[in-house]
Amino acid sequence: MSSTEHHGEHHDTHAAQFPHGTRRDYVTGFILSVILTVIPFATVMSGGLGTTRATAFLILGCAVVQMVVHMIFFLHMTPRQEGGWTLISLVFTLIVLIIAVAGTIWVMYHMDSNMMPGMAPAVPDTSQITP
Amino acid sequence: MAVEANVTDSTFLFGRLAWSKLPITEPVVVYTFVAVVILGAAVVAALTYFKLWGYLWKEWFTSVDHKKIGIMYMILGLVMFLRGFADAIMMRLQQVMAFNGSEGYLNAHHYDQVFTAHGTIMIFFVAMPFVTGLMNFVVPLQIGARDVAFPFLNNFSFWMTVGGAVLTMVSLFIGEFAQTGWLAFPPLSGVVASPREGVDYYIWGLQIAGVGTTLSGINLIVTILKMRCPGMGLMRMPVFTWTSLCANILIVATFPVLTATLVLLSLDRYLGMNFFTNDLGGNPMLYINLIWIWGHPEVYILILPAFGIFSEVVATFCGKRLFGYNSMVYATVCITILSYLVWLHHFFTMGSGASVNSFFGIATMIISIPTGAKIFNWLFTMYKGKIRYELPMMWAVAFMLTFVIGGMTGVMLAVPPADFIVHNSLFLVAHFHNVIIGGVVYGVFAGINYWWPKAFGFKMNQFWGHVSFWCWVVGFWLAFMPLYVMGLMGVTRRLRVFDDPSLQIWFAIAALGAAVIAFGIFALIMQIFTSIRDREKLRDVTGDPWDARTLEWATSSPPPAYNFAFTPVVYDVDAWHDMKEHGYKRPLSGFKPIHMPKNTGTGVVLAAISVVLGFALVWHIWWLVVLSFPALIAAAIWHTFDYNRDFYIPEATVTETEDARTKALSNAV
Repeated sequence: MSSTEHHGEHHDTHAAQFPHGTRRDYVTGFILSVILTVIPFATVMSGGLGTTRATAFLILGCAVVQMVVHMIFFLHMTPRQEGGWTLISLVFTLIVLIIAVAGTIWVMYHMDSNMMPGMAPAVPDTSQITP
Repeated sequence: MAVEANVTDSTFLFGRLAWSKLPITEPVVVYTFVAVVILGAAVVAALTYFKLWGYLWKEWFTSVDHKKIGIMYMILGLVMFLRGFADAIMMRLQQVMAFNGSEGYLNAHHYDQVFTAHGTIMIFFVAMPFVTGLMNFVVPLQIGARDVAFPFLNNFSFWMTVGGAVLTMVSLFIGEFAQTGWLAFPPLSGVVASPREGVDYYIWGLQIAGVGTTLSGINLIVTILKMRCPGMGLMRMPVFTWTSLCANILIVATFPVLTATLVLLSLDRYLGMNFFTNDLGGNPMLYINLIWIWGHPEVYILILPAFGIFSEVVATFCGKRLFGYNSMVYATVCITILSYLVWLHHFFTMGSGASVNSFFGIATMIISIPTGAKIFNWLFTMYKGKIRYELPMMWAVAFMLTFVIGGMTGVMLAVPPADFIVHNSLFLVAHFHNVIIGGVVYGVFAGINYWWPKAFGFKMNQFWGHVSFWCWVVGFWLAFMPLYVMGLMGVTRRLRVFDDPSLQIWFAIAALGAAVIAFGIFALIMQIFTSIRDREKLRDVTGDPWDARTLEWATSSPPPAYNFAFTPVVYDVDAWHDMKEHGYKRPLSGFKPIHMPKNTGTGVVLAAISVVLGFALVWHIWWLVVLSFPALIAAAIWHTFDYNRDFYIPEATVTETEDARTKALSNAV
């Protein structure tokens, strides 16, 4: 696509490229978001689940689902939008997040257990061979 | 020093800025300051005398033309190169002198700033502007576009990079620079160990330049993905465009990490938070982890475009299609992804377990496979090619010989147990200079020699080019092989004085190498000077002096503001070579008005306000922060109301420009 060609058809395709959701979409998204916010809030206020870890996982789970809800109902992200570029940039974002965040957690967990034994629960690294 | 006691004293008007903070006790800095003032005054006087300010402002500073912005990036890179190299010479001199009880000529406070500034400047304000400048100039031409996707953003990005450089340079004369090494690891860079303004200069200089880099990354990605001419599918893009695409994807993926990390460090320093302190749940190791998530891809951001330059140069000067185009593209993409998975090899010794270290060690070694594939592709392109040893090709061959050594020492460092021996030693210093000079710097020089005729319409001077080449190649080996040797003996980096007199000879050789490189840089400046002086003799009117293969050579040299009168149509990877084979005729009539973006001074204004804001933050001048930050936002919003952004180059002007070229071409034949 050359730039001049693109310019000519720019205004015609604008509405098609950026769909604006219906009221129904926004209401659905809003209600889902409220539910997904109330669940962790109520859980914490009522003392939480059995263990802190279970509570944390519930909160994280609700947060992840809510992110998806926002993307679908508020940002109107579908695989077809803008010829698939939105989806590609989402995949890119996810890869970056998974590498950077998961990698950091893995690395820092190791650092903590090896270098700051007093501060974290000691986790022996099974692959470590002690002389 | 007496001033140390009251470094955080503050007045309302000047914040922490006070006479006692000026480095008037450092003779080296004072002499430099005097020289800079005299030179600066001479330049300003000359520009005023020849009435060039209006020309510079209208034709260059406010220009949104990607070619002019590219050239300005190159000038910025060259100027900062001189500063960064001055730091290098000072270090070499200090280390060769400081033996047998001598303290050398730099005190610790100054020396630590010198090595920090050298690293910071060379990466952020030399290598990055050089690489960005070449991408800016070449990529739109290679894909047959008239400009980048967001021309104003391009101008703004450039000036933000300049803004960061200005703030870093200001620290030389007003206050101090960081004394932490180029990545400012906490707790050393925390407010307890570094209470003065050096680290703040570092933070805000990089933050301002980082805005520019990130935006220019987005800009080039969109340009490459959306503005290719008809027929140029992704697998028909020139390799330089491919490597630029991958480098810019890495920029967009990683520079936000740098920004966020530096924000956390500034929260620690300014608001007393504890992200990277040793107390209250903070963890300095997290900073090192985060900064290298940015830092490792950063070196690939620099080297990938250099690989692209060598691909173009080798194909052109061997008169052959590049061997293994597809494998080159896949290798580039593999390196892009792998470069994001290896950051921990920078801190194997920080205490991760064996499983983490093995994962990152193996991932690092795997990168050498696609890189090796590239080397073989270049060699096979040369095999049975008609090689012309013009300057760009000489740099390419020097690159292959040098870079392979650097790559192999890199694989040695990737083995965690070996890394425990040479970590933080001069071996490491030799390794990364080997790949950055042998890869990036040689690539940039190849690129300058290769595309200079395209940018200015005349070739570069051969004699001084050869002098520069040989000085660099010889000087590099002299300067860095001794560091490999000393690194294996266990000499650590960043030392200021030495006890063991047997090491002095190695430092003497390294200093000699640096002197040879200094002459190489002098020869480069002479090459530029003599090329401009003899431009009529070196003139090329064909627009294709090297018999090259990609689209940028299809237009005139220098290209007209609109690049191509008609958008080209592509049928092959080597589009221009294909057009020449099929008897391409330049269209001589039927020109249409061309839609182009208008120049704007907003980029300069925004960057200038950013520098003021950065300076105010460095010195805790809060009233200026309160004024300049809203001013910055207001200026940005103001610009969005400027609807008068485009214009049409009238048909008559296009016809006139193209006719002039037709005439020049027929005169030449």
